Amino acid sequence: MWNSLKTMWIVFLHMFHRRATIQYPDEKPNIPPRWRGRIILSRDPDGEERCVACYLCAAACPVDCIALQATEDEHERRYPEFFRINFSRCIFCGYCEEACPTDAIQLTPDFEMGEYNRKNLVYEKEDLLIDGPGKYPGYNFYRVAGITIGGKNKGEAENEAPPVDPHSLLP
Amino acid sequence: MNEWAAIWVNLILILAVLFAFSAMLSWIERRLLGLWQDRYGPNRVGPFGVLQIVADSIKLLTKEDWIPPFADRAVFVLAPAIVAVTTLLAFAVVPIAPGIGVVDLNIGLLFFLAMSSLGVYSIVLGGWASNNKYSLLGGFRAAAQMLSYEVFMGLALMGVVMLAGSFNLRDIVAAQENLWFCIPQILGLATFAVAGIAEARRLPFDLPESENELVAGFHTEYSSMKFGMFFIGEYVGITLISAMIVTLFFGGWLGPLLPPLVWFLLKTFIVIVCFILLRAALPRPRYDQLMTYGWKVMLPVTLVNLLITGAVVLSAA
Repeated sequence: MWNSLKTMWIVFLHMFHRRATIQYPDEKPNIPPRWRGRIILSRDPDGEERCVACYLCAAACPVDCIALQATEDEHERRYPEFFRINFSRCIFCGYCEEACPTDAIQLTPDFEMGEYNRKNLVYEKEDLLIDGPGKYPGYNFYRVAGITIGGKNKGEAENEAPPVDPHSLLP
Repeated sequence: MNEWAAIWVNLILILAVLFAFSAMLSWIERRLLGLWQDRYGPNRVGPFGVLQIVADSIKLLTKEDWIPPFADRAVFVLAPAIVAVTTLLAFAVVPIAPGIGVVDLNIGLLFFLAMSSLGVYSIVLGGWASNNKYSLLGGFRAAAQMLSYEVFMGLALMGVVMLAGSFNLRDIVAAQENLWFCIPQILGLATFAVAGIAEARRLPFDLPESENELVAGFHTEYSSMKFGMFFIGEYVGITLISAMIVTLFFGGWLGPLLPPLVWFLLKTFIVIVCFILLRAALPRPRYDQLMTYGWKVMLPVTLVNLLITGAVVLSAA
């Protein structure tokens, strides 16, 4: 009995505590930068698409909400012909971001994606692609990778020694 | 002719105010619970969220009125009506202020007890007619709980009747002119309050409903306005119990300076707030604890109170 009355008194005193509620549409919550929200595709510092259409994000996706088709441009540079994320399926787990070898796909702190029509939740590449590099400024996959594309041969990447000429090793 | 007009005006006004207040009570309760849990509660619809109840009513009224095919139709429809009717009928005897009140029965207290006992049928029949095992369990619990708590609910009030020498609620209020019965009848007040909460199926005694084990207990299968009736019945029940506590133990409309009506409403409101605080603070007991508490603690305390009051009244006479 005494315990119950004490509990009631403590609960009553909560009247004078600060409210924990954030009045959302009027007051925006403070969202941490690593928040897993709307997915975007970033570009490298030169303004080219980072995505190399390796399909790793689609393979990592536990709900199969990512669809894409790889193709190559005239410089033999791979890029996705289309890139589609169905946000009505997406569970914002961030596995795609973890799987991405080129830091192209990234999750952002935006979560206000409500739609009245389900079809509007299917985002195409032009909806996903942003103009900047996102969380990783200065990173350019093709400049650090040893792969040959038009305008860049083997040995021309950053911190890469020229390839060894096997003929020079002959006795 | 004039008398009849006065009675009708009384009747309709009390009914309207009671309904409006019971509806508002759902909003008041949610706001208060929010307040005590460091949140706000509904504050979007209208100023401070007062129009929340309008939104809720529109939603309730437009929901599908579904009767499960396996239910006992007639009883299923009847059950929610009983609780609303009995609690409203019981309110007829509550003396709100001099000249305000529906009827002035010389057995007012007994009428109130009878009506609140009849209210049990609503819960039990609702649980039975739903033909659903969770509802049935809720109905069983309601039957056992109400039976146990009814026993000392009536007995707890007999001390008040002894002191006032009448079953008429207006006489009981008049007898508290010098001293409110909450002081000589402190044990009676405690036991009656506990029994009242159990009768109104309020937390912490809401075992017939018990969401986390019985879905929604006896009203699992109810939807739309049939559910609304149970809901209104519950809120009118709280108001009724609070009004009765005020009438029997806190001097009803008596009080200095302010007009009697204001005193009555103020006291009733404070008791209701205490009930809501009780809900915010206390967990639900286990079923056997509830039974043990009822039979082994509350009933003996009531009997002791009855003995002491009887002895005091006899020695004073």
